[in-house]
Amino acid sequence: MTTHAIGDTAVLTGRSLRHILRSPDTILTTAVTPIALMLLFVFVLGGAIDTGGGESYVDYLLPGILLVTIASGIAYTSYRLFLDLQSGILERFRSMPIARSSVLWAHVLTSLAANLVSVAIVTGVALLLGFRSSASVAAWLAVAGILVLFTLALTWVAVIAGLSAKSVDGASAFSYPLIFLPFISSAFVPTDSMPAPVAWFAENQPVTSIVDTIRALFAGQPVGGEIGIALAWLLGILVVAHTAAILIYRRRFR
Amino acid sequence: MTAAAATAAAAVRIEGLTKSFGDVHVLRGVDLTVEPGTILALLGSNGAGKTTLVRILCTLLQADAGTAAVHGFDVAASPARVRESISLTGQFAAIDEVLSGRENLVLVARLRHLDDPGAVADGLLARFSLTEAGSRRAGTYSGGMRRRLDIAMSLIGDPLVVFLDEPTTGLDPQARLEVWQAVRELAAAGTTVLLTTQYLDEAEHLADRIAILHEGTVIQNGTLAELKALLPPATVEYVEKQPSLEDVFLALTKEER
Repeated sequence: MTTHAIGDTAVLTGRSLRHILRSPDTILTTAVTPIALMLLFVFVLGGAIDTGGGESYVDYLLPGILLVTIASGIAYTSYRLFLDLQSGILERFRSMPIARSSVLWAHVLTSLAANLVSVAIVTGVALLLGFRSSASVAAWLAVAGILVLFTLALTWVAVIAGLSAKSVDGASAFSYPLIFLPFISSAFVPTDSMPAPVAWFAENQPVTSIVDTIRALFAGQPVGGEIGIALAWLLGILVVAHTAAILIYRRRFR
Repeated sequence: MTAAAATAAAAVRIEGLTKSFGDVHVLRGVDLTVEPGTILALLGSNGAGKTTLVRILCTLLQADAGTAAVHGFDVAASPARVRESISLTGQFAAIDEVLSGRENLVLVARLRHLDDPGAVADGLLARFSLTEAGSRRAGTYSGGMRRRLDIAMSLIGDPLVVFLDEPTTGLDPQARLEVWQAVRELAAAGTTVLLTTQYLDEAEHLADRIAILHEGTVIQNGTLAELKALLPPATVEYVEKQPSLEDVFLALTKEER
């Protein structure tokens, strides 16, 4: 059965990628909100924000905006998974001789593909707004790697939401707090401008270490210890969410 | 009830199967055997446990006690082998509405690891009169077409045993006849069919044997003639008068088309 795992996952990933190609608006709507936020912060609020460094505000802002993009994009994974459960097609797959993990992995890989496209669109708009990076190829690859890891970790959280949701609305509502998380981090303003308890939360939640790491990579500066904290958070969330999702998936069919 | 040799070769064999959800005892010791190449109709009212039984046989649900074997494979011990032998058509047409009818069939053929998925899909589209609609999104299909596509998807890979859970619920009379025809063709080709239904005439028209599931156990199991012999013959006259509306409806709508 495991011999077919990769082939089955590829077939099912092809299926859900086709869903996205037939409703490309899911990628556009994922990109629109972060782009609007970026415009708002760069042209309206950004002038009043002192980031403390010499960089332009769009350079400061982009890492956080990319995380917001992914956090809103993964909601479509829970939505699609919930619809698969509702329509009964998941039961059909489950009653067929295919690798069981392939059903969930197909949704996760599709989410990865869709979110990377959204991230590319948002980055393109940032370039138009004046975003410039002195990052080396290796640093760009490191940024891509972190974003891939961030997408995978959050998508498995989305799988949990999709599997446990009772309604379509519930399937996607879980992502709102995730989208909000970057706002209480170093993504938009430096944390030292916040009141002490808020600053403490901001400095100790995963988004800040991830944002600081990506920002340093973009600026061509050493990442320091932040990347270790960021990777620990990402791998931790990934392992916990993946394990929980698989357990819920198994229990649902008992 | 039959010789040990005969039951060993049964397509489906269920012994003492129980399943509860909390305090609700859905199945309370089900015994049932389906012979290869026959159609068995599992009759029961809503909530009788028909779907629960089918889900256990399809390895989607685990029984609390008792055994169930499909084509000789125990559903609990070797679920992977059971899945290779069966196909499920659930209560609601499990099709991908975004994909076209043909793409749905190709998808399942690929997942069954068949050599020429395109040819398999085209063959089934023709067999189920869906060739013209094949390139259209399945979401645009009528109820009958969806059900036909659903059943066609279940036949890919020539499963030995096909489970149909209320295949005609919610269909109009014309679509129902189409599904019946598909089921008859299946059995004629040697496939074992276990179908659940709450429509008595469906069991009457299709099934070789009829089992009645009531309050968690199979209370009767036999051919139509055997079951009819259990009742006083007076009811026959009543049945003769009533079904004429369906006849009229079908005759009228047929002329229109």
